[in-house]
Amino acid sequence: MMSTSLAPRKLFDQNWKRIIFWGSICALSQVFICLVGLPAELDRRILIKSTLSLGYLFIIWVPLVFGYVVSKMVELEGIENPKPGPADLLSGAVTGLLGGLGLVILMLGIDNFDLRDPLLNWNPRLFRLLTFENGIGFGSMVWLLSGVGLGTLGAALHQMTSRIRKMIAYATFGLFILAVLEDVIDDLSEGLRLEWLSDMIYDKKGGVTVTSAIVIAVVLALIPMVTRGKIKEKVTQYRSNEEPGDQQRNSIILFALVAVVFLVLPWFLGGIVNELLANVGLFLLLALGLNIVVGLAGLLDLGYVAFFAVGGYTTAVFTSPNSPWFSPETHFGISLLAVVVMATLAGLLIGAPVIRMRGDYLAIVTLGFGEIIRLLFLSDWLKPYLGGSQGITNIPGIDLGPWEVRGADPRSVFYMVLAFCVLAIYVSWRLQGSRLGRAWMAIREDESVAEVMGINTVNSKLMAFVVGAVLASFSGAVLAAKVGSVFPKSFEILVSIIILVVVIVGGMGSITGVMVGSLVLIGILGGPRQPGLLQEFQNYKLLIYGALLVFMMLKRPEGLVPTARRTRELHQEEYLQDAWLGDDDSDQQEEAGERV
Amino acid sequence: MTETALLEFRAVNTHYGAVHILKDVDLAIYPGEMVCLLGGNASGKSTTLKTLLGMVTPTSGEVLLDGEVVNDKPTSYRVTNGVTMVPENRRLFKRLTVKENLELGAYLRDDKEGIEEDLENIYELFPRVKERLSQKSGTLSGGEQQMVAIGRALMSRPRVLLMDEPSMGLAPALVQQNFELIQQIHEEGVAIFMVEQNANMALSIADRGWVLQTGRVVLDDTAEALLSNPELRSSYLGES
Ligand SMILES: Nc1ncnc2c1ncn2[C@@H]1O[C@H](COP(=O)(O)OP(=O)(O)OP(=O)(O)O)[C@@H](O)[C@H]1O
Ligand SMILES: [Mg+2]
Repeated sequence: MMSTSLAPRKLFDQNWKRIIFWGSICALSQVFICLVGLPAELDRRILIKSTLSLGYLFIIWVPLVFGYVVSKMVELEGIENPKPGPADLLSGAVTGLLGGLGLVILMLGIDNFDLRDPLLNWNPRLFRLLTFENGIGFGSMVWLLSGVGLGTLGAALHQMTSRIRKMIAYATFGLFILAVLEDVIDDLSEGLRLEWLSDMIYDKKGGVTVTSAIVIAVVLALIPMVTRGKIKEKVTQYRSNEEPGDQQRNSIILFALVAVVFLVLPWFLGGIVNELLANVGLFLLLALGLNIVVGLAGLLDLGYVAFFAVGGYTTAVFTSPNSPWFSPETHFGISLLAVVVMATLAGLLIGAPVIRMRGDYLAIVTLGFGEIIRLLFLSDWLKPYLGGSQGITNIPGIDLGPWEVRGADPRSVFYMVLAFCVLAIYVSWRLQGSRLGRAWMAIREDESVAEVMGINTVNSKLMAFVVGAVLASFSGAVLAAKVGSVFPKSFEILVSIIILVVVIVGGMGSITGVMVGSLVLIGILGGPRQPGLLQEFQNYKLLIYGALLVFMMLKRPEGLVPTARRTRELHQEEYLQDAWLGDDDSDQQEEAGERV
Repeated sequence: MTETALLEFRAVNTHYGAVHILKDVDLAIYPGEMVCLLGGNASGKSTTLKTLLGMVTPTSGEVLLDGEVVNDKPTSYRVTNGVTMVPENRRLFKRLTVKENLELGAYLRDDKEGIEEDLENIYELFPRVKERLSQKSGTLSGGEQQMVAIGRALMSRPRVLLMDEPSMGLAPALVQQNFELIQQIHEEGVAIFMVEQNANMALSIADRGWVLQTGRVVLDDTAEALLSNPELRSSYLGES
């Protein structure tokens, strides 16, 4: 049972040191975000017409978060916390105020000193943005007031009932997602002949109109009022009651439904969104492969891009008439066989020497191997065979009788990728439950004991490498046919890292997690060279990927959609987070209290 | 004895790199026996077990299983043929559930019904384990972990159980219970090869024993004789 709380603190009974600490971090974060150039760059992307751009959003979420953080009480067993009250709101307000102060100082700085030399974004453009072209006085007022307001709101989140919190969450996230998905919805409504719908929601120059923003926010906020946590109840009920067999059948039905949606959807989508989905699929294919290596077998392979490259180059050599040395110009299907063979060989070749290493060493050595392979493709030595930095061009599309898959027709590429993804998902799913899957699980947990159980650790690990390699090479093969050319440039180390981030953020070892991860990260932020929905992020992708990774490691190491096992491992922390959005505060806390 | 030994070492030498660990070790374990290996720290006891199981390959000499030389056979071969080890400190798969740990013990087996049957037997032997099947094994108490470790080993239907210091890290009250448990398993016909620091206790239930000193077998006798051996009494049994 939760102990009864003490009375709220007195208004000025504050831990000023803590407030100043978080307030300064809040100010520094805001100044950092401004100086990195995010707001100026992202200002072009309008979220709500003439009210909010993505750029401003990037500044204003900071005080909200820090207001929340500063007033969060540290829960310690056996120590009673005072009830939250106005004093906590004041902490949030002061933190936000300090954050606003940071921006005021930044404005004064830009006005009086010229630091453009080291700081590229210390410029009038940022100044205009921060002052709303209305002078420092006006700008300061806005930032200080909004800082106070948002900081207070952040602090107030602790004191609301969970239902109100949920309403706010639904409204803001829903609106944000709606604004982000503008292109998709535009495209889709055009395909469905529902142009009036998107015309109603969005302004012609981009962004949700103010009226529809308000209407939509209200509607979204009403959802939790209506459902009253019934959905969540149903889901937990479903999870705990259903027979395993039923659950399996249900998840098969669910997958089939999703598959049907994906089969039909592309017909209503335009080129841009189909292209986007095709890219998501290509990375999903890579991520599914890496998920087997890292998520299931626990081998941290940082040179994974090598197999992607092998798939691309093998396809190029076999199908392109421009292949400088060996050019059989076969059909894609035949080259695919060669791709499987080459990927298997590459998997064995790279796997065999490194597989005996453990943990960090494996990561470092595979990182090296990944680079070596790219440099080989780039080298003068292999130039007569593989074209060096010019790569191999003129790779034909995929001829499938009545259909042809080629880059100019993103829908066809999407279907091709979809087919491979379905295959990969099926393979991953079957492997997970297989004997090999159990061997991987044991190896991941404790290699020496796995050996004691009679598991052939070397072979099992090699298998993980090879399966991962083949899936990655499929992705490379489709990419080659889609783009029509391969260059060493396309296979840089960054690809490995981004896929790893996708797997980690999605949830290691979880197929659904990897799917969600690819959709969210690649779909919204974009791949290493592929733009996502928020094209404005192009230059900041790495910054955001990095920040996201740090955040996930700290706050949700099991990923967005974890497997049951990972949830179990991190259950306690998980539980505390769930309580935040819980339906019934007292119930949740009771249970959490029992568990702690 | 004319019976073929279940497991046997003939003049086995092992090295870790250039370091010579086991030196011309001879030993034999017969079906249904209970034997123990004593020795000071770093004398090569764990290495002996690992060599028996095939995780360490001897540099010279022969390891025999049922009279067949198995130097080149992998661990999986020996496990399938009835040799199983309970590793030092139990070493459960901490983040997996109790059930998953038990199932991994039967990793090499294909007979679904047989596995189910053995699971039931283990639940009967350890009712505590049955209550905790879906618990993460890392969160079990020491005694419970020992049960799961033994259960996991039994899941491979061993003919001989190699146990590396089974009473290490157990509360004193549990040590006695643990030895009783080992005896119980032994009574079901499983040969036991036990490495122990607790020489008194081990010798009191064993048939025979060896003493290893810096990789060499210095004593090889019946348990009774070893118990009364003055040299051993002073050095291992804590008496002066
Ligand atoms: N993998 C290894 N690589 C190198 N040396 C090793 C390895 N394993 C063990 N050794 C060394 O071999 C020697 C014997 O080790 P072993 O584990 O067999 O001793 P032990 O008799 O089981 O000792 P203890 O009673 O402390 O468990 C030790 O000196 C140890 O450091
Ligand atoms: Mg030892």
